[in-house]
Amino acid sequence: MAYSFPEEVLEHVFSFLSLARDRNAVSLVCKSWYEIERWCRHRIFVGNCYAVSPEIVIRRFPELRAVEMKGKPHFADFNLVPEGWGAYAYPWIAAMAEAYPFLEEIKLKRMVVTDESLELISKSYKNFKVLVLTSCEGFTTDGLASIAANCRHLRELDLRESEVEDLSGHWLSHFPDSCTSLVSLNMSCLGSEVSFSSLERLVARSPNLRTLRLNRAVPLEKLANLVRHAPQLVELGTGAYSSEIRSDTFSSLADAFSACKQLKALSGFWDVVPSYLPAVYSVCSGITSLNLSYAAIPSSDLVKLISQCQNLQRLWVLDYIEDSGLEALAASCKDLQELRVFPSDPFGAEPNVSLTEQGLVSVSEGCPKLESVLYFCRQMSNAALIAIARNRPNFIRFRLCIIEPQAADYLTLEPLDAGFGAIVENCKELRRLSMSGLLTDRVFKYIGTHAKKLEMLSIAFAGESDLGLHHVLSGCDSLRKLEIRDCPFGDKAVLANAAKLDTMRSLWMSSCSVSFGACKLLAQKMPRLNVEVIDERGPPDSRPESCVVERVYVYRTVASRQRLDMPDFVWTLDEDSSMRYS
Amino acid sequence: MSIPQEHDYIGLSEPLQSEKLSYKMAAAAEGVTPSLNAEKVGVFNLKETELRLGLPGSEAPERKGGIGIGVSLFGKELKDESMCVKNFVSGAKRGFSDAINGAGKWGLSIHGGSAADLGGNGGPNLKEEIPAVKAVEERKNEASITAPASKAQVVGWPPIRSFRKNTLATNTPKKDDVAGKSGSGCLYVKVSMDGAPYLRKINLKTYCSYAEISSALENMFSCFTIGQCGQGLAAKEHLSESHLMDLLHGSEYVLTYEDKDGDWMLVGDVPWEMFTDSCRRLRIMKGSDAIGLAPRTMQKSKSQN
Repeated sequence: MAYSFPEEVLEHVFSFLSLARDRNAVSLVCKSWYEIERWCRHRIFVGNCYAVSPEIVIRRFPELRAVEMKGKPHFADFNLVPEGWGAYAYPWIAAMAEAYPFLEEIKLKRMVVTDESLELISKSYKNFKVLVLTSCEGFTTDGLASIAANCRHLRELDLRESEVEDLSGHWLSHFPDSCTSLVSLNMSCLGSEVSFSSLERLVARSPNLRTLRLNRAVPLEKLANLVRHAPQLVELGTGAYSSEIRSDTFSSLADAFSACKQLKALSGFWDVVPSYLPAVYSVCSGITSLNLSYAAIPSSDLVKLISQCQNLQRLWVLDYIEDSGLEALAASCKDLQELRVFPSDPFGAEPNVSLTEQGLVSVSEGCPKLESVLYFCRQMSNAALIAIARNRPNFIRFRLCIIEPQAADYLTLEPLDAGFGAIVENCKELRRLSMSGLLTDRVFKYIGTHAKKLEMLSIAFAGESDLGLHHVLSGCDSLRKLEIRDCPFGDKAVLANAAKLDTMRSLWMSSCSVSFGACKLLAQKMPRLNVEVIDERGPPDSRPESCVVERVYVYRTVASRQRLDMPDFVWTLDEDSSMRYS
Repeated sequence: MSIPQEHDYIGLSEPLQSEKLSYKMAAAAEGVTPSLNAEKVGVFNLKETELRLGLPGSEAPERKGGIGIGVSLFGKELKDESMCVKNFVSGAKRGFSDAINGAGKWGLSIHGGSAADLGGNGGPNLKEEIPAVKAVEERKNEASITAPASKAQVVGWPPIRSFRKNTLATNTPKKDDVAGKSGSGCLYVKVSMDGAPYLRKINLKTYCSYAEISSALENMFSCFTIGQCGQGLAAKEHLSESHLMDLLHGSEYVLTYEDKDGDWMLVGDVPWEMFTDSCRRLRIMKGSDAIGLAPRTMQKSKSQN
């Protein structure tokens, strides 16, 4: 057959494909399409940095401009992954510095990034534009200084929730006067104070600045000055929102805000003094995203603010809002899509606020577009969950954390199987689920039967036997990530569903009942899975094979199963079928 | 971790990390200069501090007039300054052991003791001290200190990111008291004193005025300052209460606090409510360090010299 498009034409057609899924499909058509596609792929997402190696990526995709990558498993957020486990960015940064001189974007999540890496980034890529570090750690403000000083065309510097060793605020002053390209700056996780005049001048000379998230150290009295320089802001994170009550500070702030006609998102609000909240009222009608999860203020003040935000789509708030506040939310914000309610006193023995399951029920009743929920509370009932499920069959993310582990239905003292069962049965598009409370194997049967679109499932202190895990692994067709802690799930379910694990990104099990012998067997059976035994008690083969491991992390990979950066508490199967550690 | 009822001081020197301090104090009780290896000394390098952990009157050669610390802080003696001084003068070793018995189970474990262990058994005159002692435990979450029924915390539960947990811990709700639903009603801040080997914690909410907090801190830290006049005590038989207060009020120390902006401020300038809202920690600063903060202090010390 002589007809075939010239490569350039195919390349042009492929350039309209942005989704990785589509490009992956295209590259499977035939060898020549694979070749053409790989030369014109500019953007890549690696969900698990150990699933592939830098060499493999660079070999296949020689023209990348944007790399996004995730490192540690999600449970690392809650200190379940020991320090030093891995997810180092440096090998990637170093390899890419050689291979991709035109790289523009690096986005990392839950990875260890050093100052060395940051310096290398700042010096290797002439056209570097975007650096987003989410929940990363390992670097200091010195690394940030390198980025500020050397990346002439920097557009985005976003450090969301990273743990930065804050040596001083001086890094910000390293942005040269010639740098006018900033579009987004998020320094909210930093502790120390930056030079305000440097900050002010930076904002003033950045006409494209859309997102500015300050840190707590920027005082309220100075906020108006900044905002006045950037009326084009779309997203603003304030610093500490408290000050002596002074009418000139207030009016100056209110005036500055009223000039921001495009403001859609507000966050920050540490140490809120409620009297200053009305300063933002002028922008409330345009606000679609409000993060008040650091604002420790009573429900009445929260409600006064929220009820001004008729177009609110996303709200993050502390449980100070209480059931009454959530009821008011349900009444005013009919466009609400995402709600997160965080606990103000998670370790207290007694509830400190009046927030119960009722708040969530009200919101599910009143907000027809609600699709994503993260809710911390201290009591729940099957009746409430069933009501919520019936009200809102459109949930795609449902994460419920009842603070007391294994808390039963407080009305009937039964397990919450029926309630969560109703959620998965009614919410057919559910993609993410986190459960808590007292749960037996029955809830997993419901999940396996109904949750066909479920991609991520988090389980803690639940279940009774391997049957529970088996239901999930055998039933959930779309499952990609499964994380389990403190459940009586063991060898049988894992081994019986070994093939399933090949279709998933990863499985995490800690404080469960998986034995070392089963881990070895799984690794032997499944050559493309890396079975990491993470155990701080010393070599697992110094104990009987039937001994349960502390944690096991299973993920599919095309890279070597003996990663070179394993710490001494991680064991993987060596190629000669013995578990060795590097 | 439970604290044994019977106190075997040598036994207490079992190297539990959290009891480094107790080890040193135990050794001191025996009249022995703590010649500890670097590990056991841990955080505190005793030689660097002016204060010594030897008991009043013990003959440790390195001591330059240090004081009998600590144990008598929490002992019955604390309530009665003159008694405290008598022990000092007489050089009795009893101060340590009696204080322990008198203090019941406050134990020597500054870091490891749980609220439950520390509560309850102290003699009635110690009740006031016990909350403060509990609060010295730095790692404990504030809520679990105040709630005696706090459960053992499971790692990583509830699933809240440390970033958020840390911010919650330093967030003080500005609640309308009329609403009656305010939070735990406690605001623990660290109090350090220059030269003292360990810090204390106090709950700002339990005080209503500067006078109250001032006298509370005087009580807490007075025994540290006895050392300042240690050399003189060999001559003096008796140190009156007023002399002690003079030490704190006088040229030696200035009370400062770190506010929300990270600046060190002199206590007393702003209204009480504003102070509690913005105070992050307290520091009892040496007069000589307080240049610029409290000029009158310098003048006082000059006049005393």
